[in-house]
Amino acid sequence: MKQIYTIARKEFSDGLRNRWLLAISLLFAVLAVGIAWLGAAASGQLGFTSIPATIASLASLATFLVPLIALLLAYDAIVGEDEGGTLMLLLTYPLSRGQLLLGKFVGHGLILALATLIGFGCAALAIAVLVADVDLGLLVWAFTRFMLSSTLLGWVFLAMAYVLSSRVNEKSSAAGLALGLWFLFVLVFDLALLALLVLSQGKFNPDLLPWLLLLNPTDVYRLINLSGFEGSGNAVGVMALGGDLSLAGGLLWLCLLLWVVAPLLLAYGVFRRRAA
Amino acid sequence: MNAVEIAGVRQCYGQMTVLHDLDLSLGEGEVLGLFGHNGAGKTTSMKLILGLLQATAGQVRVLGRSPNDPQVRRQLGYLPENVTFYPQLSGRETLRHFARLKDAAVQQVDTLLEQVGLAAAADRRVKTYSKGMRQRLGLAQALLGAPRLLLLDEPTVGLDPIATQDLYQLLDQLRQQGTSIILCSHVLPGVEAHINRAAILAHGRLQAVGSLADLRKEAGLPALIRASGLSQREPLLQRWQAAGHEARAVGEGGLEVVADNRHKLELLRQLLVPGQAQDVDIHQPSLEDLYRHYMLRADAQERV
Repeated sequence: MKQIYTIARKEFSDGLRNRWLLAISLLFAVLAVGIAWLGAAASGQLGFTSIPATIASLASLATFLVPLIALLLAYDAIVGEDEGGTLMLLLTYPLSRGQLLLGKFVGHGLILALATLIGFGCAALAIAVLVADVDLGLLVWAFTRFMLSSTLLGWVFLAMAYVLSSRVNEKSSAAGLALGLWFLFVLVFDLALLALLVLSQGKFNPDLLPWLLLLNPTDVYRLINLSGFEGSGNAVGVMALGGDLSLAGGLLWLCLLLWVVAPLLLAYGVFRRRAA
Repeated sequence: MNAVEIAGVRQCYGQMTVLHDLDLSLGEGEVLGLFGHNGAGKTTSMKLILGLLQATAGQVRVLGRSPNDPQVRRQLGYLPENVTFYPQLSGRETLRHFARLKDAAVQQVDTLLEQVGLAAAADRRVKTYSKGMRQRLGLAQALLGAPRLLLLDEPTVGLDPIATQDLYQLLDQLRQQGTSIILCSHVLPGVEAHINRAAILAHGRLQAVGSLADLRKEAGLPALIRASGLSQREPLLQRWQAAGHEARAVGEGGLEVVADNRHKLELLRQLLVPGQAQDVDIHQPSLEDLYRHYMLRADAQERV
């Protein structure tokens, strides 16, 4: 326990020192405020429109951004230590590989959680203060859900980054693979799903397709954030499929949580086999 | 109880065997020098002791336990050959981090920084450190928690002659306190006086192990006697050459003779006759000579 704390503490203070935490929080805050006020510009309106529209836009943006940031934060977690010669040294310490990995996850995870809380929290605060007749209950509920799920999404990609980092022998290959992973889940997966839908010409069992969305954590994340608003009709693209998915919100959360745990276990398995 | 006990260890990477039947032990408070060419198996042996590798066959015990035991790891200090540490941390922060991981008192950090001569640079980022400074930081790291067993991989690389002397003095001091030390090195001159025993590895086999005196006896390498200021050099030279000794003239009134152990005293006696040599110098085979001897022998065996 103490070992996990020591490793986590170092990772977290690294995040403070190289201003990662500050930069991510600032980025989130600026984008969130920008989207809240300018998000409706396309439809000819200026200023805050509605909470569901704001959350939908924010979620679309976070789907791109959060995984990228998480991957950047963690891609060199193991391979970077190896290149600096500290991995071998750490492994001669009274510290198990599981503790090292978990410590890194706690440290990185805390940075992401705090940045999400500070960045998007500021935006929520700005809306609460500056917009006149906003439904405060709905605002708090929607933003809490949004921030929680964004943090979980970040953790999913942290865990995936550890898998890559434990597998490769060079930092540059870890970076390349991380970009590939981002591309796969954020862009390619949905396109492939749409292509499948079009090419199958209805022969593909339509009941099965929505379930495929659960294979992509970013889709699970968007489903969580798009659901639950009354009369929301802004689900577009593959998200429209989610409407057919009679999945309870709790199951979606569980699914996202599984997406954190499974890659983390995989990372541990891969790291254990890595030669010192 | 021995600090390290390696019995019948074989280590294979896939098809390649990098260590054959290694038997090696290290007593409490003993300093063992581990020497060998690149790829001789030095690093592999170190990794076995550190618990980073599992021996394919045979047994490794460290401080009476398995090398993976957390108890063992808390009492073990290791200086890796190439470690750059975390560039963004200062020397002091680096040591504190490692002290916490090792469960060592954080107050030691300042003392250790002082001891390795890094006190003035303690708050600078490691990024700005020279190779020698990083090496000293690594050494301070290895000394955290007053380890009972110390493994040093090329500790003198990057150190200037004075820092090297300081290091050796520190090793002597630690040895007196009962620390067992394994020292892996390519740098042979100067290390002789500070080790109890030397182990020479070549091609994954232990070629020789023992104190310098033992190794000299076993190798049977001759000593070299130099004498100067001889009044009657020529007759002496002729007599010795006729007796089959390798003798040659050196400079004005000087000579050099190769003396194996059986003839050494007899040759000296002849030189010490009144009116003969003004100065006599005996050059014993050095660690380097012994190393070369065992390496050549190992190479010859490998070719057969």
